[in-house]
Amino acid sequence: MIFSYEILLLLLMLVTAAGAIMVKDLMSAVLLLGSYSFFLALVWAWLGAVDVAFVEAVVGAGLATVLFLLTLFRTAPKDTRLRRPPPSLTTLIVFPLLGVLLLYAANDLPGFGDPNSPASVHISPTYLQQSYQDTHTPNVVTSVLMDYRSLDTMVETVVIFASGIACALLLRRHG
Amino acid sequence: MVDAFLAVLQRPNFLAFVIIFLWGFYIMVTRYNLVKKLIGMYLVQTSVIFFLVSISAKKGATVPVLLSTTEPVQAASYANPLPHVLTLTAIVVGVATLGVGLALCAAIYREYGSLDEEEILKKLE
Repeated sequence: MIFSYEILLLLLMLVTAAGAIMVKDLMSAVLLLGSYSFFLALVWAWLGAVDVAFVEAVVGAGLATVLFLLTLFRTAPKDTRLRRPPPSLTTLIVFPLLGVLLLYAANDLPGFGDPNSPASVHISPTYLQQSYQDTHTPNVVTSVLMDYRSLDTMVETVVIFASGIACALLLRRHG
Repeated sequence: MVDAFLAVLQRPNFLAFVIIFLWGFYIMVTRYNLVKKLIGMYLVQTSVIFFLVSISAKKGATVPVLLSTTEPVQAASYANPLPHVLTLTAIVVGVATLGVGLALCAAIYREYGSLDEEEILKKLE
C-alpha cells in the first residue's frame, strides 16, 4: 500500500468514532469524539488540507467538545437506557442496502490522489494560477475564501449570528 | 463483483467515509438519548466533509500555498483548493447548528427532566 501511514490514521479515526458511539457514559463518548476530531484533522493535514485541519482542530475538536461538555454538565451525563428494543425491520433492510449501494458506486469514482480527476481539472487550476495576480495572497484558500467568495463568507457569519441568537433565546432563564 | 471489491480497497478513504456516515446515521435513527443522536449527527457531518477533502488530494502535491509568487504556477503540484474552502464554511456552520441542537437539549431537560425520547413522549401525553 502506498498510503500506509494514512491507513493507520484512518484506523485510529474509525476506532475513536466507534468508541464515541458504543461507550455508555456520555462524558467519555464526548471526549472520544474530541479525539476523533483530532485524528480527522491529522488525516486532513496529511492530505494537504492544512487550513481545514486547523479549523477542525480548533472548532471541531475544541469548540464542539466544550459545547457538548457544557450541555452534559447542565443535564444528565449518563445514557440511562440499559436495554434497547431491537431496531425495526425497515432499519435493518435500508441501512445495509444503502451501504452496498454506496460501496458499489466506488467503482465510478476517480482514483484517489489522481491529479487528472474531474474535480481537479475543471476550474481549480485557473484559481491556482490567477489568484496571486488578482489578490496578492500566496495562500489560495484564503484568497478564495476572503476575496472571490467573500459574500459566501459574510452570509456564513450571518448563519453563526442567527445560531448564537437561537442559543441565547433557548437558554433564557424565564421564557 | 470482484471489480467493485477491488475498487473499494483502492479507495480506503471512501470506505472509511461509508462506515462512519452509515454508522452515525444509524445512531441518529435508533438511539433514544438525544445527546447520543447529536453525536451521530456530528459523525455524519464530519464524514461528508472528510469525503470532500479526500477528493481534493493529489498524489505528490503540496498544500495550496504558493511556493514562488514570480514563476508560473503548475496546478498539478498543489492540492485542489476549492473543496477546502467549501468545507471550511461547512465545518463552522455544522458546529453552529450543533450548538443550537445542544441548547435545545438543555431546554428540553429543564422542561421535562430527561433526555430520553420515550420518557419525554410519556410526559407529553
